Amino acid sequence: MGLELYLDLLSQPCRSIYIFARTNNIPFEFKHVELFKDSVLGKKPAAAAASGAERPRTGPSNSEGAGKISLLKKVPALKDGDFTLAECTAILLYLSRKYNTPDHWYPSDIKKRAQVDEYLSWHHANIRANAPKTMWIKVLIPLFTGQPLPSEKLQEVMEGLSASLKQFEERFLQDKAFIIGSEISLADLVAIVELMQPVGVGCDIFEDRPRLMEWRKRVEEAVGKELFFQAHEMILNIKELSNIQIDPQLKEHLAPVLMKMLK
Amino acid sequence: MGLELYLDLLSQPCRAVYIFARCNNIPFEFKRVELMKGQHRTEEFKKVNMLMKVPALRDGSFTLAESVAILMYLARKFKTPDHWYPSDLQKQARVDEYLSWQQAHIRGKGSKLFLSKVLIPLLAGQPLPPEKVESATEELNVVLNQFEEKFLQGKPFIVGNDISLADLVALVELMQPVASGYDLFEERPQLAEWRRRVEEAVGKQLFQEAHEEILNAKNVTADKIAPELREHFKQQLLKQVN
Repeated sequence: MGLELYLDLLSQPCRSIYIFARTNNIPFEFKHVELFKDSVLGKKPAAAAASGAERPRTGPSNSEGAGKISLLKKVPALKDGDFTLAECTAILLYLSRKYNTPDHWYPSDIKKRAQVDEYLSWHHANIRANAPKTMWIKVLIPLFTGQPLPSEKLQEVMEGLSASLKQFEERFLQDKAFIIGSEISLADLVAIVELMQPVGVGCDIFEDRPRLMEWRKRVEEAVGKELFFQAHEMILNIKELSNIQIDPQLKEHLAPVLMKMLK
Repeated sequence: MGLELYLDLLSQPCRAVYIFARCNNIPFEFKRVELMKGQHRTEEFKKVNMLMKVPALRDGSFTLAESVAILMYLARKFKTPDHWYPSDLQKQARVDEYLSWQQAHIRGKGSKLFLSKVLIPLLAGQPLPPEKVESATEELNVVLNQFEEKFLQGKPFIVGNDISLADLVALVELMQPVASGYDLFEERPQLAEWRRRVEEAVGKQLFQEAHEEILNAKNVTADKIAPELREHFKQQLLKQVN
């Protein structure tokens, strides 16, 4: 039994791991975990089958498997023989080391490496704290609670996200091609998947930010455009989510949590 | 000009960096940045870290923010003993996993309780409603259970038999709610034992010295905070607990 990656491509951290593994030709079994059970969007990424990976299985077994690895969040999760691992950063670093991926992903130069670490750490409390809220506010809350889209709340979230994006451009990207210089690293990958979340729900944050847009194009090319779009197929079609049947138990469980977020 | 570490020991991540550098005899110049006086918002400090946060490092022309990045940079540059950040692939992954998880969990909830019990009341001039403090305490206990069950699991240290960056970062964070008067070690003997081991591994005296200020935090009075900052801090902190 080889490497298993438990992923749902609706999730940003899952996309970074998926893209990283695929672009580096790391052989793995894609264990599809559907965060929203009975999702009509549970289409299996075509390329996973094409690459020879076992056809992803859905349903309780993957969810349970993932749940054993990762306490609260089921995805992403990694299983490598007896070794299990949660947390996106940890998984990306493990894969880069085990499979000896090209140096630029996590440079051996300690200063460049430190800059990747610095970004990955800052990302959590900033971009990752704000970007996902766009999806919650625009799609999930209306879907789960039946309440209409709270526009003032969205405004607040967009303002927070703008502030983070400003810091991202001024402190991390600056005038460089990529975050740590002339080559793509884990920092860019982790950043881009997060920023695609608002795009998926119709908040195109790249629209008025040419420098960011240029950077995005470079990142897409560096990992492979086809792979990038395939990984983002689900999130870019998220509006279809409004038509899906949400598991009633999940709805009951999440509705109060989401209502709390509205305050 | 050698290595400079910009720190305020009231801050948990600063304590981790301080203890790590000192117990590994890494030579550095301690640059005190007093958060209460707003020294992290000066033009001079912005040159070191434009994000206006501590800890920050300056090594010649190289500047670095974020405590985890700083700790790893120091470990690599000064070739500290392997156990801090093991070269064994799986052990290293365990450290990474903890350092990532802890941000929203131990760090998140520990800070929240400290803010709710000490800092916000100090700035607001009145305590927070007891339900808020209660719920912050409950949230902390949930993550403490997860810490014991998923990370510590009865082992001497998080990654096995030796202390690593994970243990250091964990303990300095847990001292924040302790400093707010919540003795979380009291009814958790396993955790108390682990704490004792960590303190011994870094050196009890160093550990206590690093925590002197925070353990006196409850005695800080509002006049110690620069007046022009009070409102700003209050708003920022209220956002964090809500």
